[in-house]
Amino acid sequence: MNYLVQWGRDPWGEDVLTHAQWNLVYVVLALGVGFMVGHTLFVAFWPKPAGPQHAPMDAAAAARIPARVTRHSLAARMFHWIMAASMLTLLVTAFVPILGLKFAWVELHWMAGIVLTISIIYHIIHASFWLDFWSIWLNSEDVAEAIARFKRAMGQRAPAPRKAAKYPWDNKMYHTAIVLSALAVVPTGLFMMKRVQTPFYVRNPYLFSDATWGVMYVLHGLTGIGLVGLTIAHIYFAIRPEKLWITKGMVFGEISRQEFLEHHDPQRWVVDKQ
Amino acid sequence: MATIHDVMPVFELFQPTSIDDTLVLLDKYKKDAWVLAGGLDSFDWLKDRNKRPKVVVDLSGVQELKGVKATPDGGLEIGAATTLSEVVRHPLVKQKFPILAQAAELVASPQIRNQGTIGGNVSQDTRCWYYRSGWTCYRAGGNICYADTPTAINREHAIFDANRCVAVNPSDTAPALIALDAKMVVRSANRGERVVDAETFFIGPSIDITRMTVVQPGDLLTAIRIPATWAGAAFYFEKVRERQVWDFPIVNVAAMLKVANGTIQDSRIVVNAVAAHPMRLKSVEGAVTGKARSEETARMAGDLAVQGAQPLAHNAYKIPLMRNLVKRAIRGEAQA
Repeated sequence: MNYLVQWGRDPWGEDVLTHAQWNLVYVVLALGVGFMVGHTLFVAFWPKPAGPQHAPMDAAAAARIPARVTRHSLAARMFHWIMAASMLTLLVTAFVPILGLKFAWVELHWMAGIVLTISIIYHIIHASFWLDFWSIWLNSEDVAEAIARFKRAMGQRAPAPRKAAKYPWDNKMYHTAIVLSALAVVPTGLFMMKRVQTPFYVRNPYLFSDATWGVMYVLHGLTGIGLVGLTIAHIYFAIRPEKLWITKGMVFGEISRQEFLEHHDPQRWVVDKQ
Repeated sequence: MATIHDVMPVFELFQPTSIDDTLVLLDKYKKDAWVLAGGLDSFDWLKDRNKRPKVVVDLSGVQELKGVKATPDGGLEIGAATTLSEVVRHPLVKQKFPILAQAAELVASPQIRNQGTIGGNVSQDTRCWYYRSGWTCYRAGGNICYADTPTAINREHAIFDANRCVAVNPSDTAPALIALDAKMVVRSANRGERVVDAETFFIGPSIDITRMTVVQPGDLLTAIRIPATWAGAAFYFEKVRERQVWDFPIVNVAAMLKVANGTIQDSRIVVNAVAAHPMRLKSVEGAVTGKARSEETARMAGDLAVQGAQPLAHNAYKIPLMRNLVKRAIRGEAQA
């Protein structure tokens, strides 16, 4: 257990949790680098499954796809990039001092946390009322597809998967991981803000007991360390050549008809109803 | 909570005789090494058993770290292991930078000044008793400040920059060195020599909550260089403490002023024991430049100095105290 968390002793002689074990940052960084190298080698050298890579799609539906397809609205892109900037600021201000470069990080950290929180609230409202809310959530089809893809990648027999709806299953999985992380890191971060000097309210480090604060710090820290890994993976995939069309879509908002037909099933992502 | 033991925990003692050998040892043992100069801060920690280093590196045999010498630019270089008594008595210090001699003379007692070093005085840890009692507070690597509760004994704690931790820097020579624009020479086996402004040598909890200075494991403060810039300028140093001998400051102030025809041309004003680091009052310096050295300017400076102060439950008295000390520094009145 001490590989994951740090313990301290309160004035009553009780052992209380204090922090995540910060050496885990190095572990996650090493795992991130290992994953990038491993995946690059896997893509380059692992034999591709024989036969068609995807199940056939409906030709009539494909014919209706326009030359340019809107993948992300301006509002959605703004959320993504604001969230990305705040997330990177949060990770840098949290972990760079731990890695040895010391600077005044606390104010920058909570300010970026406020930006992240506001952007998430905005995203929830925007996604609930203006976007296809369920399109990003994993469903049973995605699970079956993921299993089939994994089997094929390992050289086993499995049906060729259908092309993706608006979001491929790996995007959905990443989104789920980020949502779970946010549920852990945002509320704990907001409570932790109560312990530092901000213009919003009077500082009160004694809102909770030492033990409760300890759990919050550990949860916040461990999730933060996990987010380092998730961010490494996200940036890695964003710059991989075969995924660049997704990144461009997040920058410019659109993808071409060719990119659409290459990666999406027009029956699963009906663009003419957008 | 604090228990003074008669016997310190076991550690391996090294007594190098050169800076290079010291750096090799500090590089080898890094966080496990404890640098021992005069021992006045160290032995508290070791006898309380709240610090348990594996290795203690005793600097008393390193002659290169001792002594005061003139530099070609008209300034001084003081070895980090020079005793405070030598700083107080040294003719060059008294002649060029009497503010430092005065500040050093107000440290503790004659016996302590005979043993304590200037490097130790600027590097000493905070005196917050919650921290020194061995509880896992923020400064000790935990996530709480026991000194900042409604019932905490925080009379001596911070009124500025209380970023989670409310401990203060207790040094008397530190504000004088910042006022003199001193440079701290820090060496390490890996990074070579770094020369750090005294002003940035001290760090607050916002930068690193577990340290008071930029000195990291493996580093050694070897010397303090004072440029000639403020030699012979008007100065003011005052320390307020609970008892008039052998005590840490409640607040102290160090000020260097260049005054011509009754007008302040330039100044450096530093207050300590109000935050985790000595505070240079740049806004006050800017405000008094070009003003007459008068009662009115002093009052304005005092009021400006305490803007933004946030007292804890029991240390609001530090605000008028600091205001008056800054006022007196500008007025330059004789000390009581």
